[in-house]
This record gives sequence, structure tokens and C-alpha cells, in this order.
Amino acid sequence: MTAPAHVHAAPPQSFLRKYVFSVDHKVIGRQYLDLALVAVVTGMVLSWIMRFHLGFPDTAIPGLGKVAPTGAAGGVITPEYYLELMTMHGTIMVFFVLTTAPFAGFGNYVLPLQVGAEDMAFPRINMMSFWVTLLAFLVLVAAFFIGDGPPLSGWTAYAPLSAVGKDAGPGQGMGQTLWAFSIAIFCIAQLLGALNFIATTLDLRTRGMSLARLPYSTWAWFITAVIALIAFAVLMPACILLILDRVAGTSFFIPAGLVLSDRLQPHAGGSPLLWQHLFWFFGHPEVYVAILPGFGIVSHILPVFTRKPLLGPRVFIACLIAIAFLSYTVWGHHMFLSGMNPFSATLFSVPTLVITIPATIITLLWIGTIYGGRLRFTAASLFALGFVSVFVSGGISGFFLAQPSTDIYLHGTYFVVAHFHFVMGVAAMFGIFAGTYFWFPKLFGRFMNETLGKWHFWLTLIGVYCIFMPMHYLGLAGNVRRYSAFTDDYLKPLIPLHRFITIAALFTGAVQLIFLFNLFRSRFRGAKAPDNPWEATTLEWSTSSPPPVDNFGGRHPVVTHGPNEYGVNDGRGRDYIMQAAD
Amino acid sequence: MAAVMPPPPLTTRPTATVTEAPRAQPGRTGMWIAIATISMSFAALTSAMVVRQSGAPDWRHFHLPSILYANTAVLLISSLTLEWARRRSAAALSVTLGLGLLFVAGQITAWRELSAQGLFLATAASSSFFYVFTALHGLHVMGGLGAVGYLLQRRLVAGRVAPTTFAATALYWHFMAVLWLYLLVLLVARV
Repeated sequence: MTAPAHVHAAPPQSFLRKYVFSVDHKVIGRQYLDLALVAVVTGMVLSWIMRFHLGFPDTAIPGLGKVAPTGAAGGVITPEYYLELMTMHGTIMVFFVLTTAPFAGFGNYVLPLQVGAEDMAFPRINMMSFWVTLLAFLVLVAAFFIGDGPPLSGWTAYAPLSAVGKDAGPGQGMGQTLWAFSIAIFCIAQLLGALNFIATTLDLRTRGMSLARLPYSTWAWFITAVIALIAFAVLMPACILLILDRVAGTSFFIPAGLVLSDRLQPHAGGSPLLWQHLFWFFGHPEVYVAILPGFGIVSHILPVFTRKPLLGPRVFIACLIAIAFLSYTVWGHHMFLSGMNPFSATLFSVPTLVITIPATIITLLWIGTIYGGRLRFTAASLFALGFVSVFVSGGISGFFLAQPSTDIYLHGTYFVVAHFHFVMGVAAMFGIFAGTYFWFPKLFGRFMNETLGKWHFWLTLIGVYCIFMPMHYLGLAGNVRRYSAFTDDYLKPLIPLHRFITIAALFTGAVQLIFLFNLFRSRFRGAKAPDNPWEATTLEWSTSSPPPVDNFGGRHPVVTHGPNEYGVNDGRGRDYIMQAAD
Repeated sequence: MAAVMPPPPLTTRPTATVTEAPRAQPGRTGMWIAIATISMSFAALTSAMVVRQSGAPDWRHFHLPSILYANTAVLLISSLTLEWARRRSAAALSVTLGLGLLFVAGQITAWRELSAQGLFLATAASSSFFYVFTALHGLHVMGGLGAVGYLLQRRLVAGRVAPTTFAATALYWHFMAVLWLYLLVLLVARV
């Protein structure tokens, strides 16, 4: 037996140490998930306001005039305010939902359990990483209340718009500075988090837990952490340079001779493209930070509910590693329209097409796993199946966008909006939902209501297809993105379709109330769950629900089997063998 | 779904095997990870510098303050004294701490020399990068000084330092020296 790296001498007693400033990875994981819940509701409300305006450009939204007297006087939003909402929606969703929930949240809670550790390798750094994340969120949201509103340069904050300050528009003063600080702070938090994930996976595995026996979700979090470590390490200095351009008068990203609001900007020689390169060198891997945990969750859940081993586990892991490598070679495909050398566009197009190969192989492995399985339909398994569906739907449009010749037409349109919302947003959300229904009994010792969960799944699935499928047609019809309304131009005939999407978005949003109700009600009133309710093999199910502070109650589980032992005969009438099969 | 395949037959129970747990050295692993991520940040800044220099004709070369070479010597010697402190008394640790502080003071002196020449953060892209590189490296060095100070405090108060803590700190401190050598070469070549 190895000596445990960290021993909780005694469970903390005070309320603050136990629930607020806790070093317990399980509490920290739940804190991340709570933060993501607040963030996702905020981001969704912002998208509702935008969608409402797109569908009904002249109709006032009751009460909005009071909330935003300058941006939406009388309840009808201005183009600038639309861009502010869009920027905040994108930033909140990408950073504080899609990174925070599936990676930091579930990863924190489940990874140490799955490797058989008592906690993360560096519990105090882990606690710090959550509080720094929260600080970043508060700094970002402060932009709503300080100065002249949030920034309007989009979640990508393209320079020079993001770098010059007030002259670039409302919110580009204090709002954009807060944005840059928030993201720099967020980078620190994620670097600390990734460090913990990697060290824990490498060093704190229990006896018998070889790398080959790591559960697939842990593999995915581990590889995601490696990606995040490199990606956020690039975004942070980029944000520092952006802040310096804004507050210290440097010229990293601002070219000479720029005139904004009738004022010659006092900068010279900077390169706006440099920001795009630095940002997308982070930005594309960030897509995989959002989606790979979903890959892991689905690959973890499907075998449980098909009662079949995951097809080709080694191929799956090899594909994850291939995706991690390739994700650093494709950033330029976000910049085909940026005016970069057309030859480099080809250079970025090829790896972009190549990266679809491991993603496709993984999809086929999932389908092969489902094929011939004894499917158990639960909310968790439905969302895992739904993940495969929306990932395929969103992934296919990627083939078109990967090629410069078609991307040049489609890039500035709703086709791209549809693509990334499906493949990154909705797919990752389905992964989060699947994980929530799946691990909820472990977190709280109670089940979520299955009937409500299934209603939630089917209505959400229909809803997201109604929202995002038509956007492909909008894009093909040349409907540009980032515009607040299309009342006076050639796109006016498309407004009925926008109206349909808006209604679908409001409907899908309302459906999430079922989920929220289920979440809060089940927390206190849900049916009691046993330790291993889904008959799964991995270590988190060998301990009580919820697990004790030190995870395994003083024991150190000894792993004797891989995570993939489903559809076997264990000699005692069960069709699975747990990893620590006593 | 009409044509569902019959469920696969249950195979027999696989045999149980156990491998040893990895030797847990999270401190060392964590420090290597930190070194990787810091290296990546400076690599990103390096590429930004190359792009910025080649992208516009306004790059301005200037002479680096010669005190930088003295600072380099101080930092390298502090790495040696830290190795000496691995076996020896608190004295070597104090010397390391003092040399580290001297390095930081030397870097600040270099800044003052530059600003006396009228080269400030926003004066030219080359001076911007000079200040950004030296400031970020300096902040990391100060983090390392905090760790060396902690070692000293442990050795004076508790009488001993956990070898893993010492090893992690030493690794970081040597990395600071290596990183500075790289930055010096970069600045000499480019600025």
C-alpha cells in the first residue's frame, strides 16, 4: 500500500470550512456546478432577449427599458445593446458554463473518486482555483453595472475594436477592460485546476489502477486538462498584452493611422491579426476543453446502460490523444476571412479535415457500442444518446466550414452559429445533463425523477433541433450573423423563420424549468438511491452515496479489473464486475 | 425497432490482477506541470514578439542596460547556493534569498536606466516587450523568493524542511535561471 498523499485528519466542523472554504474536492466540484448553473441561467436569459428582438424587432420587451435605460429605451434594444448582450452571452457560456461545468465541476467531483484517491493532489490549490473562477465571473458580470455597460466586441474580443477604449463604442471603455481582466483571472483558475487534474491522475491512483484501467471519463478529463494547460497558458499573456494596449498606451494590437470617433488613435504599428492568432491558438483547443469531457461522460455512461463494454477502448483513448494534438494545428480555420495568406488557409484546412477522422471514429465506436446492446432507457442514457445525435448533426456542417472555398461564403452567416451551437454548445450541454442524471444519486444519495427527466430530454431534443436546424438555411440564404435586426434590407423575407427560431428558443428555455424543478425537488424529496444504482463498475460506485469526506471511509480500494467489464458472468449472477471487486 | 440483435452471450469471469500504485510524488509532478505551462506562456509571448517585429516597420533597436549581465551572474550563483543549501545550514538559504532579492533590485535598476534614456513601456514595441518579459519573469522570481523564504522559515523554526518541498522549490528556482538565460538571449538577439 502506498502512503496516502493527503489525509483528512478529521472532517472539518465549522460551517465555513465544511461548505464554503472547503478543500474537499466533492464540495468544490459542487461549487463549480452551482456557479455554472447561475451562469447558464444568466446566459440563457441574455439569449432570450436577443432572440426576441431578432424575431420581433419592433416589439418592446416589458420591463427591459427599466433594466437598461440607455441600451433599451422603451424596451426595444439598440444595435449596440444587442452586441453587448451577444458578447456577454458568448463569454459567460463558453468560459463559465462549458468550461466550468463539464470539466471543472464534474471532473473535480468524480475524477479523484474514479482513481481511488482521497482528494486532489493539491486540495488548497483546488479551493483557490474555484474562488478565483468565481472572482473572474464577478468581474465579468460587474460590466453590467459599472461604466457604460458590457463590451460589444464579441466573446473573441477582436482587436483593434477591443484594444482602443471608449472611442470604439459604448462598453468599450470600462466594460472591455473588465472583460480582459476577467478572462486573465479565469486563465489562472483553469491553469491551477488543470495542474491538479494532471497530478492527481498521474500520482494518486490507487493500487491496481494502471493507466489502462482508468475509466474513460477520467481519461477524457486528464487529456482535457493537458489541452487546457497549454491553451490557457497562451490566452493569459494575450490578455495581458490586451490590457496593456488599453491602459498603458502600448501598441501590440493597434495599427497606425486608426481613426475612431473622429479621433486619430495614439498608437502605431500593432497587428490586429496577432490577437486573432493568439486568441484562436487558445480558442480552438478551448472547443475541445468544452466537448472532450462530454466524450468521456458519454463513453462512461453508454456501456452502463447498454450492458456492453465500450467498443475499442484503446482506439477511443488513442483518438482522444490524436484530437488533443491536432487541436493545436487548426486555429487558423477561424481566420479564413481575416486577410491572412491564402496559402496558410490551405495549411490550416488540411489538419481541420484530418481532426474529423478521430472524432468520426469515436462516434462510430459509440454507435458500435449501442448496436446489439440491452438498452436501459433512463434520462442519463437518453441524454448520452442525444449527445451522439447532436454531435453528429453539428459535426457534419464542420466539413463545409473546414474548406476555405465554402467557408468564405458561410463564415459570416448563421451557418456558423448553427454549427458551433450544435457541436460545442448543445452537445456539451447534453453531456452535462447526462452527467447530472447519472451522478446525481452519488452526489446526494437520491434519484432524480425519471419521468420528468425523460420529458426534459424529449422536449429539449425537439427544441434544440427546431432552434438550430433552421439556422443552417438562414446561413445558406446569406443571413449575416451579429446583426441585431433585418427589418430594412434584403433579409426581411427571412424574418418569419427567425420568428420560428425565437419561439423554439423560448419554448426550449421554458422546458429547462422542468430540469430545475427536478434538480431542486430531488435534492430533498427524491427516492433514496443505493450505492451503485446503475450497476456500474467504476470506483465512485464502490463507496457510499454521498461518499464520506475521505471518499472511501479509511479504506484504499484495490483495483483488480478494468472499467469495461460489462456483459460478463461474474459467477454470482451479475453481468458486470466492479473495478474493486473485493 | 423490430430487428434487435440477440444479446451477446455472457463471457466467463476475467481473472483479477493487481498492479502497484504509482509512486506518489505530486509535488515534483506538479512543479514540472507548472514549468510546462510557464514555458508555454513565454513561448506565446516570444511568437507575439516575432510577429510584431516583422509586421510593421516601426521596430526600434536599443542597447540593453549592461547591468543585466551582472544580474544574470547573480541569479546563476543563487542557483548554486540553493544546491549548497540542500545539504547545509540555513546560511546558504539566506544567501540564496539575498541573491534573489539582489537580482530583483538589479532588474529594477535596469528599468530605471532604460527610462532615463526615455524608453518607457509604451515608447516603442521593442521596449514594450522588454518590460513585459522582464516584469513577468520578475513576478515569477518573486514567487520563487516566497518559496525560498518559506524554506528558510521552516529550517529556522521547525529545524528541518521536507525533502520533497525543497526539491520542488529547487526545481522551480533553477527553472527561473534557465528561463532568464533564454530571455536574455532573446532580448540580445531581437531588441
